[in-house]
Amino acid sequence: MNVMTQTVPTSEAVPLSMRGPAPVQVVVGYGFWLFLLSDIIIFAALFAAYAVLSGETNEGPPGAALFDKTHVFFETACLLASSMTCGFATLAVQRRSMLGAFPWMVVTLILGVTFLGMEWAEFVHMLAAGNGPSRSAFLSAFFTLVGTHGLHVTVGLFWLVIMMLQAATLGLRPIVRRRFFCFGLFWHALDIVWIGVFTIVYLGAR
Amino acid sequence: MNKDSNAQGKAPGITEHSRIRRRSYLIGLFYATILTLASFWASSTDLIYEPGVPILLAVLAIAQMGVHLVFFLHISSAPDQTNNFLALAFGIFVVGLVVFGSMIIMDNLNHAMMPMDQLMQMQR
Amino acid sequence: MLGKLTWAAIPFDQPIVMITSGVIGFVLLATLGLVTVKGWWPYLWREWITSVDHKRIGVMYVLLALVMLVRGFADAIMMRSQLALAAGGAQGYLPPEHYDQIFSAHGTIMIFFVAMPFVIGLMNFAVPLQLGVRDVAFPVLNNVSFWLTAAGVLLVNLSLFVGEFARTGWLAYPPLSEITYSPGVGVDYYLWSLQISGIGTLLSGINLTTTILKLRAPGMGYMRMPIFCWTALASNLLIVAAFPVLTATFAMLLLDRYCGFHFFTNDAGGNPMMYINLIWIWGHPEVYILILPAFGVFSEVVATFSGKPLFGYRSMVMATMAICVLSFMVWLHHFFTMGAGADVNAFFGIMTMIIAVPTGVKVFNWLFTLYGGRIRFTVPIYWALGFMVTFVIGGMTGVLMAIPPADFVLHNSLFLIAHFHNTAIGGVVFGAMAGYTYWFPKAFGFKLDERLGKASFWCWFIGFYLAFMPLYALGLMGATRRMQHYPDAHWQPLMLVALSGAVLILFGIGLTVVQLAVSIRTRERRRDLTGDPWNGRTLEWSTSSPPPAWNFSRVPLVKTNDAFWASKQHGHEQLGEGPYVPVHLPRNNPTGVFLAFFAVVLGFALIWHIWWMAMVGLVGSIVVGLLQAWRTDTETVVSAEQVAAIHEASTAGEGAI
Repeated sequence: MNVMTQTVPTSEAVPLSMRGPAPVQVVVGYGFWLFLLSDIIIFAALFAAYAVLSGETNEGPPGAALFDKTHVFFETACLLASSMTCGFATLAVQRRSMLGAFPWMVVTLILGVTFLGMEWAEFVHMLAAGNGPSRSAFLSAFFTLVGTHGLHVTVGLFWLVIMMLQAATLGLRPIVRRRFFCFGLFWHALDIVWIGVFTIVYLGAR
Repeated sequence: MNKDSNAQGKAPGITEHSRIRRRSYLIGLFYATILTLASFWASSTDLIYEPGVPILLAVLAIAQMGVHLVFFLHISSAPDQTNNFLALAFGIFVVGLVVFGSMIIMDNLNHAMMPMDQLMQMQR
Repeated sequence: MLGKLTWAAIPFDQPIVMITSGVIGFVLLATLGLVTVKGWWPYLWREWITSVDHKRIGVMYVLLALVMLVRGFADAIMMRSQLALAAGGAQGYLPPEHYDQIFSAHGTIMIFFVAMPFVIGLMNFAVPLQLGVRDVAFPVLNNVSFWLTAAGVLLVNLSLFVGEFARTGWLAYPPLSEITYSPGVGVDYYLWSLQISGIGTLLSGINLTTTILKLRAPGMGYMRMPIFCWTALASNLLIVAAFPVLTATFAMLLLDRYCGFHFFTNDAGGNPMMYINLIWIWGHPEVYILILPAFGVFSEVVATFSGKPLFGYRSMVMATMAICVLSFMVWLHHFFTMGAGADVNAFFGIMTMIIAVPTGVKVFNWLFTLYGGRIRFTVPIYWALGFMVTFVIGGMTGVLMAIPPADFVLHNSLFLIAHFHNTAIGGVVFGAMAGYTYWFPKAFGFKLDERLGKASFWCWFIGFYLAFMPLYALGLMGATRRMQHYPDAHWQPLMLVALSGAVLILFGIGLTVVQLAVSIRTRERRRDLTGDPWNGRTLEWSTSSPPPAWNFSRVPLVKTNDAFWASKQHGHEQLGEGPYVPVHLPRNNPTGVFLAFFAVVLGFALIWHIWWMAMVGLVGSIVVGLLQAWRTDTETVVSAEQVAAIHEASTAGEGAI
């Protein structure tokens, strides 16, 4: 067969793995997915430390005495709602509609800041009562695990503001859209981690 | 680059070519809300056999993570999602090993070894 | 103003350190001076420092590794000579506080700043070429990864002159590494330099995994990839999965040291064993991260120089992925003696033996590839054959120690040291040298001198056995690791033999340097005019040496395994087809080097508790990132005519792409 007349195979019969290099949004999306998995493994190590050390209260109050489930419920509600609003913003970005996306981005930002504010209040309250991370291994693990999640939320909100500025200054060009899709993945992943946090740390506290 | 937008499978989440609708997010939110409420209820009620509560919480948490993955991140076992699914599976494998492996090993060590405060006293 | 930093940080009272620092400082300044005087900065900045080309970045990684090999090896020679002297009541010439820093630095540098950069450099260089694509998935991130690794190197080397290094061994176990027992800056140097370079490594892992899974030439399904790409995939998957654990564990230790947390302290409920557990969850996959690319190099080298396809391609793939998964299930064998019960020890002992099986499969496949082939005894094959003998011995001693009762005798003895050097040198170093020699002509357009290469090999090979076989014996006699002197003078003859081996390896390293210099000076004699100096089998040999920036002038269409060999068998049938098309090349980018600069500022400031400087480093890094985010002019286009012209004028042979 004359090789020169063959074209790059794209027909349905050719397996996906043989169709040549993926388009850039697939490459970026997959690379970011791998990054998210690596981030979740960081959380796994922190969860492991928490699981091992949660009983070591150094004769201080255990989790059950320190945590307020109602407070956590509202935090959870904020984050879950923000996941949905982020999804709507992403759909609008996909439609190239700045007018559709911007309001949802703002709501996501507000919900995220509310979450952080509530978490900050909880930490300050615990620190003031002498239940800070240097009191015991349990508290070190608690503050690190929940604090790392909060740090990720903070970085995420900072990223969201950057995305809003990028969309405003550069328009919803392909690279800005790709970055926003990555932000969406990040934000949903943080909510998944939060499910682990509120279940194991707060609801599982003894 | 490549005009074949399906080459090497689809990216996770939303991209240019995914036909995701609003509905996916609303359904996801609905299920997630129910599961969250169920978790909070389960941890504070007296109606459930006490030793079974942790297992129920774990099941609800895993279910909710699944809801997020399917309805918000659009991960599935479709052939164009294979890379994403396998990466997720590998990630879950490692997470499981790290968390449960550490718990088993540390529990085993703590049973076999002298507690640290007693060990420190031996130094004096 | 300057935190803990004072003039007392400079070790004026330690002559050995001052002289070493002086020499390093002089060499550094002389090099920078030479570059300035010759006016090479614009060239270096444009062609190397800000390059996002995977081939350039790969070369820089390997160069970094070779330079750090000298630094790490200097530590080795010091340790061997100290032990050759410090027998019976003698104290040698290195006081314990200094000796402790030397063995800690030796391990840290060799693993993180020699072995890792070397294999990452080889993978960076070869993988896109073997896959038939233009570059890795994220070229700018690639540059960032390299410079973050270099930032870690700089911080570690700064510790020699300003302050001190950790005295805790290369893994810094608590409670010794906690602030109570290591109040100095040594452990902080260790932790921050590894956190910074760890980010670079993780990004590299993501980059290469994405490249292998999402960017391959048309027609190259998974089972048509070269085996080196499979081992690179496994290695990078391990990086993505394991390095986060290292980052988290070091972060917990840093929180203990800086903020008074109690993860691993002796008091308030901390558990030092948790650190050991977590660090080895990273540590075991790490050794597979290092060895898998070396296995891949040997697969390529053995097949090429036997003139036969690799025996058992499918089983090689299965074995590689099996090793990838199993490497996460054996980690407790690094601490059998630390208190786990017999049941847990037994599980991990059995898993450790199981993981030897796929490696055995690989060895047999290499042997069956060699069998019946027309073997050409080039330098890479020397390294491959040396590896096969040496690594198998190392593997056997590993399986021996996988039996917990045996390990109870041998843990932390010189037997253990001999085992892991056996596998690290016999496996990783030999593989790195083979890969370096094998791909050198592709990178630079001429082969390395064969005679000097073989001489270097023999020095390494014989030197290795002289240096480490005595250590097996000494370990069985009761000698432990990390000891600055020993009471039993009967051990001294063996220590002297070990020193002689180290000196021979030093000659081997010297010969490698000489080989490079001589090869450059006489390069016209060994020019690679066809792009295929070894009669190779895989796609990288189908393009010119060195390749153009875009690697392939036409997109190759792959129809089989060993695609280039197949095309040569069919009378140099064209691999690429269709007209030349314009090429979009990513532009050079200074983000990496600036980010690394601020990372060094941040790291140094955190080590010395100079908080305002830390803010400068942090804010600077963020600003660099934001500037990159708003960079819109990121590509240049090379026209189809230019591509065609460069291709026609190139030295690539018939049928080249």
